[in-house]
Amino acid sequence: MAAVSGTTRGDDVVVIRPSTHWVDLGLRELWRSRELLYFLTVRDLKVRYKQTFLGIVWAVIQPVMYMVVFTLLFTRVTTLYNAGQSYAPLALTGSVIWLFFANSVTLASGSLVGSSALITKVYFPRLLQAASPVVAALVDLGLSCFVMLGIMAAYGYYPGVRVVVVFPFLLLAMATAVGVGAWLAALNVKYRDVRFVVPFLLQLWMFASAVFYSSQAVHLDEPWDSLFWANPMAGVVEGWRWALLGGPHPAYGDVALATAGGLVVLVAGVVYFRRKEREFADIV
Amino acid sequence: MSSGPISNAGEHAIEVRGLAKRYRLGERDVLHGSLREAASQLVANALHRARGRARPRSDSIWALDHVTFDVDRGEVLGIIGRNGAGKTTLLKILSRITEPTDGEALIRGRVGSLLEVGTGFHGDLTGRENIFLNGAILGMRRREIERKFDEIVEFSDVERFIDTPVKRYSSGMYLRLAFAVAAHLEPEILIVDEVLAVGDAAFQRKCLGKMDEVSGEGRTVLLVSHNMSAITSLATRCLWLDAGKIRALGPARETVSAYLTEGHVSEQPGFADLSDPQIRVGVPKQTQKQILLESVRLLDADEKTTGVFFERDALRLELGFRSSIRARRLEVLCKFSTIDGVLVFTLASGAMEVDVDPGPFTLTVDVPSLPLRRGNYVVDLYALTTLPQDDIRGAIEFEVSGPRGPVDDPRELRDELGVVAVEQEWGPVRRDVDQPAATRA
Repeated sequence: MAAVSGTTRGDDVVVIRPSTHWVDLGLRELWRSRELLYFLTVRDLKVRYKQTFLGIVWAVIQPVMYMVVFTLLFTRVTTLYNAGQSYAPLALTGSVIWLFFANSVTLASGSLVGSSALITKVYFPRLLQAASPVVAALVDLGLSCFVMLGIMAAYGYYPGVRVVVVFPFLLLAMATAVGVGAWLAALNVKYRDVRFVVPFLLQLWMFASAVFYSSQAVHLDEPWDSLFWANPMAGVVEGWRWALLGGPHPAYGDVALATAGGLVVLVAGVVYFRRKEREFADIV
Repeated sequence: MSSGPISNAGEHAIEVRGLAKRYRLGERDVLHGSLREAASQLVANALHRARGRARPRSDSIWALDHVTFDVDRGEVLGIIGRNGAGKTTLLKILSRITEPTDGEALIRGRVGSLLEVGTGFHGDLTGRENIFLNGAILGMRRREIERKFDEIVEFSDVERFIDTPVKRYSSGMYLRLAFAVAAHLEPEILIVDEVLAVGDAAFQRKCLGKMDEVSGEGRTVLLVSHNMSAITSLATRCLWLDAGKIRALGPARETVSAYLTEGHVSEQPGFADLSDPQIRVGVPKQTQKQILLESVRLLDADEKTTGVFFERDALRLELGFRSSIRARRLEVLCKFSTIDGVLVFTLASGAMEVDVDPGPFTLTVDVPSLPLRRGNYVVDLYALTTLPQDDIRGAIEFEVSGPRGPVDDPRELRDELGVVAVEQEWGPVRRDVDQPAATRA
């Protein structure tokens, strides 16, 4: 409970004092507040598509449009990939998991500023506020996966047992999204510049994460190759795609590097969030 | 502190030791800004350092200035003070919304804090959904909310609309539902800020009843309110904060009286200089006021300034203003309350067509026959144009010393007759013929 540096003694004795540099991640408290995470997520879901004409269909339109545009771009306008071959599923699988990540981060980064009324009036573990958009985005992901599997089938891809591997990669994507989302959300409280940085940052990140190209096509020398794979989302897209479409097995070393990158992002983001949490109510 | 000898430290629900919170003035502006501002700040600091000068220290204020007190288990502690005295800051620290700069507080028990009614309500969600969301935000378990759901709905009186989005609710319904959720929170320590200022009278009574019930169950309540009668009727003890410090801590009634009369025991009874900064301490200057109240004077039938009246006396209130604009419209309210904070009546001018030039002006209002019984009274003043202009709570105090002439009713000397002196005429005693009631017409 670094925010107000309450130290829980026993179950219900709280000491409130100025926090030191020590950061307590407050995991116990987070666990106790899991029901609140559920309700915040439900709220995010119910509210997200209110007063939109297409509603949750947007969750499907986005990746499909990405697929269409990328396919036209890379098979017709340029000839980087062969038309008719497996490019469309490649672009689609990449887009689905990428959009899950990108939407999570976008919503998480605005979550604190968007709920200032809550933050200045009631105490609850603030991290939940940044984490709930990520959990809510899972529902969109589920829906777009449904459509993705249909399109894949149309291209003759029927994932086998290997498909269970999507889950660890999904977890890695969530961890990365929570880390980056928490970091941006905390930064956004102080600097509203974040709002302008996020779309730009995500676009660059997408280019670096093999979303619309195959990482097989990436031939880099060290240290650039390690740097490429230290990007957790490169590992996520690669692993996710392999689980769904097959092809050459991703190198264990690369996956390990990406996982390490994801954990670093998660811990760094959450620690930064907890350190800044104490001033949220004063400046948001 | 008057909390008596500390028998056992473990008895206190809350122990506050030297708790303080400092805000840097202008901090909001700097921090609220953008990276560019932060960068330019950085450059400015570097320049100062390069020139061998210390960085100019920004002014800071202690919103809460090292306060120390204890709250016993089961006690209802009222917290009063002018705006900006640190009441809300104190509650925010104790509810862990913001962090203290110094000192510490120990809290034993589950805390439920209610700094605003309807925190976390989302307009697009239905009443039912908001009950669960709000309950979870306030720290209730899902099962607990389910168990109390019917009770909450019943208390709030919105059964028919429970599946309607709350943005379609009237403000009264919204508040009732929001308070209902909070009222059914079962914390060991309840922290409440000014929630009674909302809602209609009937609902306020219901809330007060609920809170009485809460404290009756041995729960500890911290209650901030500007409603002095709520404080005196609910609180056992009262903490008076003034400019971040404890001004007084003692029995609720005494502390409230002291607070209400503070600064108005002027050398000249019946007159108060309202431009005195003492009176305006802590009043935030959020907007540039165009019309300011400068003085208030109480005059009797002989146009003599006085602070003592008798029942049914004529009273004239003379208000001195200063305007910095040409005003076409003016509305003035004079609220008369007992020293306990019970509002007795209001003299309301209504919106008046006026022609005020910049400069001072005076307005008087006559009460031909003061309908007040023996006691001490306070007047709050409000001035509005089309915008709220100035308000001064407890602008002046006066005493009604009972009926004019000899007091033959000893009850007049005690407070058994109520506040209002009602005009009344009693008929003569009439002898009736003694006959069975049934035969009477």
